[in-house]
Amino acid sequence: MAQVLIQSLNKKFDEVHVVKDVNLEIRDKEFMVFVGPSGCGKTTTLRMIAGLESITSGQVMIGDTVVNTLPPMDRDIAMVFQNYALYPHMTVYDNMAFGLKMRKFAKDDIRRRVQDAADILDIRDYLHRKPRQLSGGQRQRVALGRAIVRHPRVFLFDEPLSNLDAKLRVQMRIELRKLHERLGTTAVYVTHDQVEAMTLGDRVVVMRDGRVQQVGEPLELYYQPANRFVAGFLGSPAMNFATVRIEADPGGGFVAANEGLRLTVPPRLTDRVGPYAGRELTLGIRPEDLHIADASDPPDLVFDAVVEVIERLGSEALLVMRVGKDAMVASVEPTVPARMRDRLRIAINPERLHAFDMETGAAV
Amino acid sequence: MIEGPLWRKWLFVNIPIILFVFVLLFPFYWMIITTVRPDSELYRPWNAPNYNPFWTWRPTLEHIQYLLEETLFSTWMLNTMLIAGISTIISVICGVFAGYALARLNFPYAAGIGTGIFVTYLVPQTLLFIPLSDIIRNFSLGDTPWALILTYPTFLIPFCTWLMMGYFKAIPKELEECARIDGASRFKAMLYIILPIAVPGILSAGIFAFTLSWNEFIYALVFLSSPEQKTVPVGVTSELIRGDVFFWGPLMAGALLGSIPVALVYSFFVEHYVAGMTGSVKG
Amino acid sequence: MSSATTEAGVGGIRRSRRRMLFEDERWLAMALLSPTILLLGLFIAYPFVTGVMLSLSNARVGVPGEFVGFANFARLWNDPIFAKAVGNTFIYTAVTTVFKLALGLWLAVLLNRHFRGKALVRAFILLPFIIPTVLSTFAWKWMFDPTFSVLNWTFRTLGLIDTRINWLGDPDLAMLSVMIVNIWRGVPFYAISLLAGLQTISPDLHEAAAIDGARPWSRFWHITWPLLLPVTMVVVLFSVIQTFADFQLVYVLTAGGPANATHLFATYAYQVAIGTGLLSEGAAISLAMFPVLFLVVIIQLLYIRRVETR
Repeated sequence: MAQVLIQSLNKKFDEVHVVKDVNLEIRDKEFMVFVGPSGCGKTTTLRMIAGLESITSGQVMIGDTVVNTLPPMDRDIAMVFQNYALYPHMTVYDNMAFGLKMRKFAKDDIRRRVQDAADILDIRDYLHRKPRQLSGGQRQRVALGRAIVRHPRVFLFDEPLSNLDAKLRVQMRIELRKLHERLGTTAVYVTHDQVEAMTLGDRVVVMRDGRVQQVGEPLELYYQPANRFVAGFLGSPAMNFATVRIEADPGGGFVAANEGLRLTVPPRLTDRVGPYAGRELTLGIRPEDLHIADASDPPDLVFDAVVEVIERLGSEALLVMRVGKDAMVASVEPTVPARMRDRLRIAINPERLHAFDMETGAAV
Repeated sequence: MIEGPLWRKWLFVNIPIILFVFVLLFPFYWMIITTVRPDSELYRPWNAPNYNPFWTWRPTLEHIQYLLEETLFSTWMLNTMLIAGISTIISVICGVFAGYALARLNFPYAAGIGTGIFVTYLVPQTLLFIPLSDIIRNFSLGDTPWALILTYPTFLIPFCTWLMMGYFKAIPKELEECARIDGASRFKAMLYIILPIAVPGILSAGIFAFTLSWNEFIYALVFLSSPEQKTVPVGVTSELIRGDVFFWGPLMAGALLGSIPVALVYSFFVEHYVAGMTGSVKG
Repeated sequence: MSSATTEAGVGGIRRSRRRMLFEDERWLAMALLSPTILLLGLFIAYPFVTGVMLSLSNARVGVPGEFVGFANFARLWNDPIFAKAVGNTFIYTAVTTVFKLALGLWLAVLLNRHFRGKALVRAFILLPFIIPTVLSTFAWKWMFDPTFSVLNWTFRTLGLIDTRINWLGDPDLAMLSVMIVNIWRGVPFYAISLLAGLQTISPDLHEAAAIDGARPWSRFWHITWPLLLPVTMVVVLFSVIQTFADFQLVYVLTAGGPANATHLFATYAYQVAIGTGLLSEGAAISLAMFPVLFLVVIIQLLYIRRVETR
């Protein structure tokens, strides 16, 4: 068990700067998820922790050892790969025992540990099969088993679920979570899937273009995104954005307006929006924070919208609407009587309104 | 596919294939029939009457007997086997190592070294045999099996390297990365994980290299001089001919027996051989 | 659990220096490449340099010789046999390559069809290529024998000839005979290599073209041939090098005769260097192949690079 400390970490492939000044503390027993679009540097960071990629500058510590120049074999970590990387010429048992044999464990010890891991993952019946005789889900379990037999200090996962079909992915996600509860080993998990990030992580790191955008607990990121990128990346359907102009309201406070809407800035945001008076900024509101207006909604938090498409998903209905020049999505009751081309009055939940700087994208 | 009438298939597919097979294999039939035919039948002029050269009713083993008892043929076979075997092993080991380094490792001048090895692959033996014979003599290797054991790898290694490189590139990198995280050094990851997976490629390289060294002629002709040191191709060429007189029976017997080891190896590993040959072309 | 972990960790720190060295991929690469570089350097690069030096000297067997500049090449320039050998080599390479490619392609297309016994036919067809060239060439020499030729017997029995064909004794015919044997030996290599190329072309393409109304010949010309071109290029360039530098066939069939009519670079170099002992002149003759080989190698390298970067 160990913490992982990353300080001013940089990686350049020739002249391409893929990881830029990453600082991060992954606590002991924590499940840390790296998420971001492809090419954001999350996998490269993971591979630097593993020792598979050299470090251009900065340092990585596992426990209290600086591991920058330590070869992967000496880092006492385990890694699960996207394509499982099972050794095709070895049985499941030998696959799991390989790391122990390399570390010269006693035969009995190896047998006991492999059996234990096989019990945990429910793969006892396949121990003498070759990987090609297994289904995708079984291979995934073997890959996990190979990682846990060694009781390493840190688990590294490189998109381990992305080769599974959707149903199996959900199932394995839950099992991974349970496994972590049971073993409590520090884990670093890389994915591009925000659902995996939200559901698995104790904390989540959102990366983009080699830089850390925000680190925090899943709901913290969801409700208090640090910038427009994080706000738009997490959540499905994605947050709605609209560019508005901030004007001082003669009756006090501020008004945000564009061609399609005119909203009073909620008191919560007044202080922070004030400096933008006379300028533009980006408003953000999640689909579930919009609803069809009724009499109880204050008129200064309501706007007109034209329904373009309705997607009825059973548990909810998504209204794809046009508001002035912007497209917006609202998540509403599945039984909503709206039809295409209907003109609706839509209200926002002022508590959940976000505002971002136009240039930096930072939350206001 | 769309099938035409039967006669079209015969005219455009079956008959041409039969002709190809006949022409390509006839010399071997001729080798066999000459081997078992007595001298009295062998030397009949081309225009002799009442004579069927394609068959014999009085097969004999006298040519094979002569070959094995009166000549050094069995020594040549052993020499060739030894030389081809050892140079193949050396070449496969070197080729596997070099191919692995070029396919998997980052190091300075990798591209240059790779191109260099590829270029030597294209250097024919006939370009360098004269200076090489000088060098062999200076190293006091002349007329010993080592002259060939050490020089055959020069045309086998580039081929093996090229083939193995292609093979290694097709093996997912994650396998050895996983092994290295599992506690293996780079070398052990190669030895325990990559090499076992690459066995078919290694077999292809080995079989192709073996047939190539069995086939080699000019180095063996130039570097070896005593009859008891020679390889089969050179022994048959230089020792079974007395002046201008060709003893066709023993000659064909020698050609036949000398081909058998290669043909056997080939027949057991046709698919590997073909993979090696076409792999060498596709690169 | 944690006790085993620390054990492994402690064991991990005590790695020997040498092992740590080979964890650096640059050192490991050098170690893995060194036997290859040593052998290739010693027996390719070094003889190449020696060969150049030799060709610029007047060394003979047992006589080290002195530097004489381009005297050997100047002598070759005026040597009618060398001129003949150069001409022969080019004609030999050009004619056999055309035939090997045409026949090999035809055979490959045939083998790509479905018929009974295909695997067996494919296996047998490669025999001319795998059987040691010298040995199979002896079978041909016996078939071409001036007195006992089975070919002549067959042609006479079929009523095609009544005077014998002197396959290897007549200067022009001898060149033709050598070419026939080279084509015979080379066609299987072309066929099997091109077949491997053909098999990578998806049958869907042919079916799509057939549905578009393309006749078999135009399907071949517009689909098969362009897709096969990369493999064909490599096969041809490879075979051109081998053919251009050929030695065994001519050595066994005619030894360059009759009257030096069938010499190639290699056989003439052998005759001059080993036969008469003029090492320097022989080295010059075989080095004279170098510019052409170099050109082919450059074309091949450029072509491969182009294909790879596509």
